[in-house]
Amino acid sequence: MELFWEYAKAFLVGGAICAVGQVLIDFTKLTPARILVIFVVLGVVLGALKIYQPLVDWAGGGASIPLTGWGSTIAKGTRDAVAEKGIFGALSGGLTGSAAGVAAAIFFGFLSAVAFKPKAKEE
Amino acid sequence: MSTKIGKYTLRLDTSPSIIGSAAIGGKKEGEGPIGKMFDLVNYDALFGQKSWELAESEMQRQAAQKVLDKCSLSPGDIQYLFAGDLLNQIVASHYGLRELGIPFFGLYGACSTMAESLILSSMMIEGELAKKVMAITSSHFCSAERQFRFPLEYGGQRAPTSQWTATAAGACIVAENSQPPYVKAVTVGCIEDKDIKDLNNMGAAMAPAASTTIKRYFQDTLTGPDNYDLILTGDLAQVGSDLLAELLLREDYDIKKKHADCGLILYDRGTQDVEAGGSGCGCAAGVLCSYIIPAIREGKIKDMLFVATGALMSPVSVQQGQNIPGIAHLLHLSSTPNPTTQQGGNA
Amino acid sequence: METVTNQSYDQMVKKASPPSKSARNISMAFLVGGAICTLGHALIRLYMSMGVPEETAFPAASITLVFLSALFTGLNIYDKLAKWGGAGTLVPITGFANAITAPALEFKSEGYIMGLGAKMFIIAGPVIVYGIAAGVVYGVILYLFQLY
Repeated sequence: MELFWEYAKAFLVGGAICAVGQVLIDFTKLTPARILVIFVVLGVVLGALKIYQPLVDWAGGGASIPLTGWGSTIAKGTRDAVAEKGIFGALSGGLTGSAAGVAAAIFFGFLSAVAFKPKAKEE
Repeated sequence: MSTKIGKYTLRLDTSPSIIGSAAIGGKKEGEGPIGKMFDLVNYDALFGQKSWELAESEMQRQAAQKVLDKCSLSPGDIQYLFAGDLLNQIVASHYGLRELGIPFFGLYGACSTMAESLILSSMMIEGELAKKVMAITSSHFCSAERQFRFPLEYGGQRAPTSQWTATAAGACIVAENSQPPYVKAVTVGCIEDKDIKDLNNMGAAMAPAASTTIKRYFQDTLTGPDNYDLILTGDLAQVGSDLLAELLLREDYDIKKKHADCGLILYDRGTQDVEAGGSGCGCAAGVLCSYIIPAIREGKIKDMLFVATGALMSPVSVQQGQNIPGIAHLLHLSSTPNPTTQQGGNA
Repeated sequence: METVTNQSYDQMVKKASPPSKSARNISMAFLVGGAICTLGHALIRLYMSMGVPEETAFPAASITLVFLSALFTGLNIYDKLAKWGGAGTLVPITGFANAITAPALEFKSEGYIMGLGAKMFIIAGPVIVYGIAAGVVYGVILYLFQLY
């Protein structure tokens, strides 16, 4: 039962964050790219205000997988790096904290682009 | 020679003939309601080429070849070529038609290009500047999508007002008066801007231009919807068609019973998932060259207006927040020529 | 001659344009987005059960999802899923990976450097730019006010 509740929290929080994105798509003139930017910057802000980490602790993947979670890793990385290296950490911390997602997306994106051929859309 | 009627309309007194037409389509177009009428349906979206742009060029080449074959002509018999497409610097036409060796005019009229090229071809014949002229245009879903919207593999939802760019090419040969369909009159459209900015609602951007051109034609010729069997717009799709009917009704022209749109003929919206309907140069060209021209020739359609519409924006202008102006060009196509031809001939 | 002003035409357009099926779209975004996040959570649990420490398990789960997204993008599956999932496939990190992979694949025809390499960021680039910029601003504020 406890395990079910844990997964339910991940599902509900993750789903809710995505549903907010859909509301923005359907009811505003915002393009998907703008919505992604808003989510990431919001993640950085919430991470900086130390609001996001409790949500990650509570909902696990439900909070860490949406792009807001990736934004919060930028804030967390920056905080750790500034504490350790001072002002230079302000520049290096964000990428360090979020490196896994970016590097993986670039590298796997590269591999996929090399391996596959563009195909026509039918539907 | 041609006679100016009213302010915007030109009556082509010799009534040039469209002596042949050919249409090439893609898989989705081939599966649509008029798919069987295409001369050739290519199930390989790449048309055996390396890129979507080259695929579109190949489609145009095939359309040009097909219409020449159907008329038993060779490229040397054609004096001028009017061609265009949606790609930057109209490369689909340039690359597809470079081997024909026909004196070439490149056009950009967005999705109105079929009407634009047909009007210019008919004027050439009317003015006795040439014996045979070819008009050709195309669009390809994949090349248009990556130029104007997103990469094909990008996951996104299409708005209900958005339209599906047709993968199709159409070609016509216009010559001296000899057989139906005859081009009896033409009205060249002006650029019309009604403050539409939504890239996902092209029908709304183009409907005002169609309305203005049709209204001007009616006023110039003192005719109305009742004088025609069919008023066929290029690619307004559902949203644009509704808007056109309403705009013209405000001018006291009720076109509802006579109006059809190529974007709604080419696909079955119920099953083919094209949202508001089809669009692209190939939409109007494909429907005209496969379905309409043979119908006029067989006398099934006697008098009709072909009004192809274009949305005149570029990805850059849209990103800079500019409006999307529209344009619409009109041709009166008929199964009978203008009376002057029968009386005076070409004397 | 002009009886229809731009403003009144705008009203006509709004009336003629069918709205998005929002109720369906939002529920689908919730379900698909929730499912992707639950899969992510399952991966976190899986890695932790294999003895991976928590601070590594979280990024490892993200990396795995990014890999799957890049793969499904290449196989032309992700865009079909996105047609139904909408923001449910856009907002998770898989949407970011799709936004990187799709242009890279599509623009490969313009070469590996200026095509694949440069166009890779046409959609997702702004996310990196503004994410990192926000992080640096935050870092400078932290440093100036000695908040860390």
